Amino acid sequence: MSDKTFAPTVMRSMLGRARGLGSAKSGTAHWWAERVTAAALVPLSLWFVFSIFRLEGAPRAAVAHWAAWPVNATLLAALVLTTFHHVQLGLQAVIDDYIHGEAARLVVLLAMRAGCVLLALAALIAVLKLAFTG
Amino acid sequence: MVEFSLPANSKVQPGHTHKAPAGASRVKTFSIYRWNPDDGKNPQTDRYEIDLDACGPMVLDALIKIKNEVDPGLTFRRSCREGICGSCAMNIDGTNTLACLKPIDECKGDVRINPLPHMPVVKDLVPDLSQAYAQLRAIEPWLKSDTPPPPDGERLQSKEERAQLDGMWECILCFCCTTSCPSYWWNGDRYLGPAVLLAAYRWIADSRDEQTGERLDALQDPFKLYRCHTIMNCTQTCPKGLNPAKAIGEIKTLMLERQG
Repeated sequence: MSDKTFAPTVMRSMLGRARGLGSAKSGTAHWWAERVTAAALVPLSLWFVFSIFRLEGAPRAAVAHWAAWPVNATLLAALVLTTFHHVQLGLQAVIDDYIHGEAARLVVLLAMRAGCVLLALAALIAVLKLAFTG
Repeated sequence: MVEFSLPANSKVQPGHTHKAPAGASRVKTFSIYRWNPDDGKNPQTDRYEIDLDACGPMVLDALIKIKNEVDPGLTFRRSCREGICGSCAMNIDGTNTLACLKPIDECKGDVRINPLPHMPVVKDLVPDLSQAYAQLRAIEPWLKSDTPPPPDGERLQSKEERAQLDGMWECILCFCCTTSCPSYWWNGDRYLGPAVLLAAYRWIADSRDEQTGERLDALQDPFKLYRCHTIMNCTQTCPKGLNPAKAIGEIKTLMLERQG
C-alpha cells in the first residue's frame, strides 16, 4: 500500500481519485433483487423440501404425475429461475468484492453469468420434460 | 493478478525489549508495531515493560510514558486525550479504538498496539488517512441550500428535525470504523467506507439541506455505497458508540423509496 500511495507515477490529487469516475447511478436494483429473491426462496425451498420428503420412495411415474400438476410444475420452474437468479446476483457481489483489475473482473463475471444461464436452462428443461413427457 | 508473495515491508519481525525498571511492582508489557520509512527495514514489534503503579489508567497514558521516559522515537498521534479529537485511533488488542478511551485494565495479557489496519503507514502508529479525508471531502459535508437564510437569524429546525441528527453529529472522524471494514480493505479506492457514509447521511437527514436528491445521486453506485454488506464491524468498533451500519441502511432505504 505505502509504495503505491507515495509512488511518483500517481500525482493525481486525492480528491480527484476519490471522485473517480463518478456515480454509476445504479446498484439499487441489484441490491433489491438480491433481497426479493432471497425472500421468495424461503417459501419455495420449504415447499420443495417438504414435497421431496413426501415423494420419498415413490416410483418414477408417481413423481412425474406430481410434477405434471400445473401448480407443481409452475412452482418448480419458479424455484429454478429464482435460485439461479439469486446465485448470479450473489456471485456478482463476490466478484465485485474480490476480483480487482477490470479485464479479469469482466472475464470472470461473463463466465459466471454464462454458467448460471446454462445451468438454469438445463434445470428448467429437466422440469418441463418431467412435467410434459413424464 | 494473483499475488503469492507479500509486498515489501509486510512481514513484522520481533524487535527490542525494554525491561521494566528494577523494583517495579505491577508490570504490564506493551507490544507495539514499529516501522521507520527511512531505515529500509521491515516493521518490528518492540516490547515495553511498564510499571502500572507509575502510569495513568489509559493506553494513551502508557504510550506517552514510553515516549517521555523510555523511547522518544516512538511515533503516534494524540491531542485531546479525552475522546473528542480522534487523533489517537489505533488497533489495540485486535480492535480499533481510541487509545485515550481504552483502559489498560481491559487488555488481557500483553497490550498489542498496531496502526489502524490496511492504511499506508507513515511511521510507527501513524497511518496515512489522506484517502479517507479526500472521500469525506468528495461527499461535500456542508449545508447546501437554495433558500437564503432568514436575514435576521439562523435557519430553524423543529426539535424532531434536530433529533434526526443525533447519533451522527457525534462522529469525530477517527476512522476506526472505516479501517475495520473488510469491504473498505478490499475496495477502499472506490467504496466510501462507513465513516464517510455516516457523514453523507448526516447531511441527507438534515432538514435544512436542500440537495438531498443530488446527495443520493452521488452515492447511488455499486462501489461507493453498495460494497457495504452489513458486516457490522463499524458499529462494533466505534469508540463513540455510534451506528454507521444503521446510517448506511437508511441511505439504502431512501434509494429504494425514491425509485418507487
